[in-house]
Amino acid sequence: MRGAIRVEGVGKSFGATEAVRDVSLEVAPGEFVTLLGPSGCGKTTLLRLLAGFETPDAGRLLISGRDVAGLPPHRRPVNTVFQHYALFPHQDVAGNVAFGLRMQKRPAAEVRERVARALELVQLAGFESRRVDELSGGQKQRVALARALVLEPEVLLLDEPLAALDAKLRAQMQVELKNLQERLRMTFVFVTHDRDEALIMSDRVAVMNAGRVEQHGTPDALYDRPRTRFVADFLGMRNLLRARVEAVEAGLARLACGELRFAARDDGGYRAGEEAWVGVRPERVRLLAADAAEPDAHDGVVEDEIYLGDRTDWVVRAAGTAIVAAESARGAQPRGRGEKVRLALPPEAVLRLEDGA
Amino acid sequence: MSARRQALLLLAPAALTLLVLFAVPQALMFEASLGRRSAYGGIVHEWSLANYARALEPLYLGIFARSVGLAALTTALCLALAWPVAWWIAFRVPQRHKSALLVLLVLPFWTSFLVRMYAWIVLLRTEGVINAALAAVGLPAFDLLYNDLAVLIGQVYGELPFMALPLYASMEKLDRRLLEAAADLGASPLRRLREVALPLTLPGIAAGGVLVFIPSLGAYLAPDLLGGAKGVYVGNLVQAQFAVARDAPFGAALSFVLALLVLVAVAAARRPLAAARAL
Repeated sequence: MRGAIRVEGVGKSFGATEAVRDVSLEVAPGEFVTLLGPSGCGKTTLLRLLAGFETPDAGRLLISGRDVAGLPPHRRPVNTVFQHYALFPHQDVAGNVAFGLRMQKRPAAEVRERVARALELVQLAGFESRRVDELSGGQKQRVALARALVLEPEVLLLDEPLAALDAKLRAQMQVELKNLQERLRMTFVFVTHDRDEALIMSDRVAVMNAGRVEQHGTPDALYDRPRTRFVADFLGMRNLLRARVEAVEAGLARLACGELRFAARDDGGYRAGEEAWVGVRPERVRLLAADAAEPDAHDGVVEDEIYLGDRTDWVVRAAGTAIVAAESARGAQPRGRGEKVRLALPPEAVLRLEDGA
Repeated sequence: MSARRQALLLLAPAALTLLVLFAVPQALMFEASLGRRSAYGGIVHEWSLANYARALEPLYLGIFARSVGLAALTTALCLALAWPVAWWIAFRVPQRHKSALLVLLVLPFWTSFLVRMYAWIVLLRTEGVINAALAAVGLPAFDLLYNDLAVLIGQVYGELPFMALPLYASMEKLDRRLLEAAADLGASPLRRLREVALPLTLPGIAAGGVLVFIPSLGAYLAPDLLGGAKGVYVGNLVQAQFAVARDAPFGAALSFVLALLVLVAVAAARRPLAAARAL
């Protein structure tokens, strides 16, 4: 049970703003869970509720099986890595890392040894007597991490800890942090608005929107099968279409988006005569030569080319609808604007999406 | 115009004012402190350190000690009273109400200090407001006026804003995420105060301390109006030398000893103030 988190129907409002609405979430011990969402989605509030900086208006919060809703932050078995590090400017690196141990009144020898070990863990051995303002952003980040880890919390909370780092350092820290978490087998709750960061690091991701958890699952499950339009959009599904369901037959739903007619594999959620949101990942859209004799393909015209190095996104207008199709760099063919192509949407690539919150 | 000449031109008015209104009078006073009093209260310009030797006699040292005591007590009480107020305004009051409360804090300055001291007389005297209130609930009257306690009350009252404002300024700058971080690391409210809030507001405490301690050291009005006949402080002593005893040289010497004490106080506050700039 140590390190397990159970959030049951938790809500939190600030004045008229409902920051977190009826959120339920379970985290297994030793799991790396990311709360992912745009700013204002409630992810930071949920983290602050876990840390104890906010008290929930409704619901229960259990950490390691214990109800912590009534406990102040300094009595909770969690520690936090803050977004802007929040290092104590009047103390050196060792003073910062030792702070929590001193609060627990540990003997000086033990404090020294554990501080040294924690700094070693974040690759800052020998930095004990450095002043905080002499450190680079990445080093501050590591001190903040060491300061929280040294207390061996049951759960480590991380509030956008990498947001202030440059892209290269961030990529390096993502891997380091993930390795560290696997080595320590500590439960990590990580908050970010960066989709790639969430997919790279997490065992599971909870996508949040407007105070609710819209979907909670493994990175590949979220990527392959987003449940709602919001999740699909946030995870970079570029083609989101509002379509009319013309018929459902033989395991296929016949859809029409304007003049563009295509089929989707029926997941049981399509109702003939109703409208539905569907999404198609750009890399699942097939681009064919203009003279390709494929029955279900549509004639289209290339409107735009977005070169991304490892792949190229083509914006193709087919039957009045703009569709983005991606080709990997190796498979890409030279095409010009206005060039005629054919475009196919495989039924298994068309996913039905709920409207969400 | 070169930057150097521009700087000189911009500084000239202030430099001239300081020279004419501060440096020159100080030099004259220092010269006077070395002379001696003539039979009719004039200054005989025969230099010696006799006035300084006299200023260090036990009688006067006692008065200096009383003044240092008053200044120290005033500073401590102002700190104890202003810290929670400043904290409340900085951390508990919604942003839109802050400026109104800060105005309230300096509102007493709109009235002359003299008038406010008379107000305290009205409150404290034997037939005053406080004793009348005590009598109304059947309690005996107290001698509240014309003693050292009355001086302390008046002094604390007068200096309180000078402590509260720098404290508030340093608390406004205090990153509250640091307090959250301390709580997160297991610090109880009391330890957050001691380990984070106090060290990081030390610059404000030092600034407020200097602003309260120095004027209190030479306090004149409150002891003069609220103090008793026996309760002499340095400020009154200096005034009496010039105006009553007509011994300007000795008064000047006392002033310079007082100035020396002020310098010691400022030196003591320098370290925390320097730390402030480092933060």
